[in-house]
Amino acid sequence: MSDLPEDDDAPRRPLRPLAPVLRARDRGENPDLIERANRIRRHDGIRERLKARAESRLLVLGLFFVVVFGAVGGRMAQFATSVPEEPRMSIFGSTITSARADITDRKGRVLATNLHTQALYAHPQDMIDIPYAVRELSRIFPDLEHDELLARLTRPGRKFVWLRKTLSPEEVQAVHDIGDPGLLFATRDMRLYPNGHLAAHVLGGASFGDEGVRAAEVIGVAGIEKAMDARLRDPDKVDEPLQLSIDMTIQAATRKVLQGGIDLYEAKGGSAIIMDIKSGEIVSMVSLPDFDPNRRPRPALTGDPSDSPLFNRAVLGVYELGSVFKIFATANALDLGLVTPDTQIDTQSPLVYGRFKIGDFHNYGPTKSVRGVIEVSSNVGTAHIAQMIGPTRQKEFLGRLGFFEPTPVELVEAPTGRPLLPKVWGDLAGMTISFGHGMSSSPLHLAVGYASLLNGGHKVTPTLLKRDGPVPEGPRVVSEQTSRQSREMLRLVVTDGTASMGDVPGYYVAGKTGTADKPKPGGGYYKNRNMVTFASIFPYYDPKYVVITTLDEAKVFAAGEERRTAGWTVVPVAAELIRRVAPLLDMRPAIEEPAQPGIREARNNH
Amino acid sequence: MTEMVYGAAPVVRGDPMIPRWWRTVDRWSLISIIILMGIGLLLGLAASPPLAERNGLEPFWYVKKQLIFGAMGLAAMLAASVLPVTSIRRFGVMGFAICLAALLLLPVFGTNFGKGAIRWYSLGFGSVQPSEFMKPCFAILSAWLMAAAHQIDGPPGRFMSFCVAVLIVGILAMQPDFGQASLIVFAWGVMYFVAGAPWWILFGVAGLVIAGGVAAYELSSHFAGRIDGFLATTVDPTSQIGYASNAIREGGVFGVGLGGGEVKSTLPDAHTDFIIAVAAEEYGLILVLIIIALYATVVMRSLGRLLAERDPFVRIAGTGLACGLGMQAAINMGVAVRLLPTKGMTLPFVSYGGSSVIAAGLTVGALLALTRKRPQGRMADVLARADRG
Repeated sequence: MSDLPEDDDAPRRPLRPLAPVLRARDRGENPDLIERANRIRRHDGIRERLKARAESRLLVLGLFFVVVFGAVGGRMAQFATSVPEEPRMSIFGSTITSARADITDRKGRVLATNLHTQALYAHPQDMIDIPYAVRELSRIFPDLEHDELLARLTRPGRKFVWLRKTLSPEEVQAVHDIGDPGLLFATRDMRLYPNGHLAAHVLGGASFGDEGVRAAEVIGVAGIEKAMDARLRDPDKVDEPLQLSIDMTIQAATRKVLQGGIDLYEAKGGSAIIMDIKSGEIVSMVSLPDFDPNRRPRPALTGDPSDSPLFNRAVLGVYELGSVFKIFATANALDLGLVTPDTQIDTQSPLVYGRFKIGDFHNYGPTKSVRGVIEVSSNVGTAHIAQMIGPTRQKEFLGRLGFFEPTPVELVEAPTGRPLLPKVWGDLAGMTISFGHGMSSSPLHLAVGYASLLNGGHKVTPTLLKRDGPVPEGPRVVSEQTSRQSREMLRLVVTDGTASMGDVPGYYVAGKTGTADKPKPGGGYYKNRNMVTFASIFPYYDPKYVVITTLDEAKVFAAGEERRTAGWTVVPVAAELIRRVAPLLDMRPAIEEPAQPGIREARNNH
Repeated sequence: MTEMVYGAAPVVRGDPMIPRWWRTVDRWSLISIIILMGIGLLLGLAASPPLAERNGLEPFWYVKKQLIFGAMGLAAMLAASVLPVTSIRRFGVMGFAICLAALLLLPVFGTNFGKGAIRWYSLGFGSVQPSEFMKPCFAILSAWLMAAAHQIDGPPGRFMSFCVAVLIVGILAMQPDFGQASLIVFAWGVMYFVAGAPWWILFGVAGLVIAGGVAAYELSSHFAGRIDGFLATTVDPTSQIGYASNAIREGGVFGVGLGGGEVKSTLPDAHTDFIIAVAAEEYGLILVLIIIALYATVVMRSLGRLLAERDPFVRIAGTGLACGLGMQAAINMGVAVRLLPTKGMTLPFVSYGGSSVIAAGLTVGALLALTRKRPQGRMADVLARADRG
């Protein structure tokens, strides 16, 4: 073995070792045999070296497999001795959660909550007697069609059939009594609105999203349920109800009074908004006709969507609101210093502008003071004031009051309540807009405009959520003085002008009426269909709330003729509303008007 | 024949075949494999009736089929184990050519059985998965090439076997069948290791395997989904692994008892890829440890016998076959306990499946043939040691 190389690095040795070959030739032997023997010896050597190296490597491999099998066995032992994971359902349920926070009013009373119910489904392959079960089911649920249900359950290959979404406990018991193992129940959390129609448009509604056997998502489909869907389903806040600014008691009173007004004046519908004049919290918002959010109707596919009960007139309905806009023109002029309340304005009717004529209900004579223009609601006088302001400044002023953007209120529909503006805002458009024609906006816009103008001159942001703590004042839109003068003029409308039926003893209502002919779909205006509005605040010397009331196509036979103007229809409704609601808002009637604002202001100037 | 004349004693060349076989074969491994087959049938009795019911067959349809396949596998194993080493090599190389052709033709004639990868040939009475047969044939071919490289003036066999491995892994990855591909890579690596790989190459191959895994993750959604399911900290209990690991927990040490398991009716692959979960649930940790011990016996006994082997081909081929088998078993069980990501890999001899059992039978048959006792020149060893000492 000594002639074999010890390793590869040793000097190469020839396959034909020269010396033995030469020796063999000398002896006459075959030298190839020498070569072959040499080759075999060397192969043996390589083999021995390889074996020695492979031995250690095979041992390493053996060790590797000991570790691998040991790891698998150890892990098996660890699994086998650990506690089995608790019910699979709880983990399964976490993927679909039915959790949804309650909604309460500003005093914590429940407006929307969840009710635990059962849904019914079937595994036809597990059912014992399908015809009997179908007979019983169609007896328990009369609206389940017997033949159709039988066909659904006996269709080959069907392994899962939903039968009903929500069941009452009595129905669950009745289905249990059928005793078929293939009829199964799934837990369902149903959204429940215990107050029914009350606040229907604010709440909107909810329905099921992703449905599983263990649970189903409850998702908002409209109103605040949809707008605040993420907040309501946020697992961290599920236990914390969403508190609205709505007051249930006041909402109920508002709805009742408005419904009474609609019945009395044979109106198609109406809306009412009561809003805190400083904080912008909407205490009550009603649109009639309404619906039951527990059984939200399907949207009508034909007809005017604004006639549907689903339509929220207070936010979505954009109307030409008429004379209620006049106060914005006078306030603008007062704030710019163009006029004082006593400045005389030309009110000679009609006012001719190019080929257009602007007329008044009556002719109010050659001139009237600014105060008088508002009191008698003169279109001609307002138009003259608008001319003094000019379209640019008028547009800027109305924009500051929020009339060009949808209201930012927390309803999913709010962005679609976009005001309609004239394409070209020229002199003539400016004059008609000054008395509320040629531009459409929603009652909520009007509430925001009135609140911002009359609360002392700070812009308010409307909200349906209860505000905690003091609300920061918004940017100033008019001066304190303009705000006060506007309030005084609006008070005059109630005491001496078109809204004489609007006063409520002790609450010093101030406001402005608006009677606007409704536009025809094709263009032009209806002669005898109008939208009447009363925009009011109370008490006028230190306003707390703004109340906007509208009626659609109201009419009344009074004082010998059929009357359609706001003063005869919506004003009494609004007055009744304030009379009912003001005490509920913790406001005491004042026996007499407190000290004059001027004197109070002098005191403040110390 | 010319020597056979009247009165002459017949020439006996060695002793008869069967006794010699029994004397030289590794009986421990042989018995372990037969026990594993028995366990496979036992578990089939539990795991397959729900499947048969789902497919509208009589309850023990699959058990009967498995009995036939098991008999065929056993026959294949015994037949292969009596062959001499040269025959093993020849059949292995020829089988490799056939398997390669079958693999290449899979996209044309194969079916996927609705499982997302074309791996099978449907033959009416059963299905054949060529990659199962490819593994032993590849091990034999590679061992032959590597052993030839040790000859003086031999071919560059290690490089050639590397090229073959790359080709096979490429074909398998196209199917895609990353489980079998990783087994091929593993078998080649082990054989190269034993054939005398430099250490730095081993680390290089390990790096390549990791890079290949990352690339497959990036490129194949099928593969990525499985890896993600494995890496996820919270395992979805409705996934296959979720059911399997829960079944192992339910089983505990002694099992829930015969027929008491539930996993067999919830898992679609309970009779194949997750048979170990059925075993763990019904018979408990005990049976699982027995199964592991049986595989470990086969691998350890084989490696131990190969320690004394002088023929490089026998040593390398035997290592590839034994480690391939052991690794497949370890991967299959490792998946069920979430040590490894899900791979469509059967538990050799225990899982249901015709081609799986027959291919495993051929693998072990070849392994038994290679590990039979042969003269190894022990005396020379002793003398050499004495010389050096």
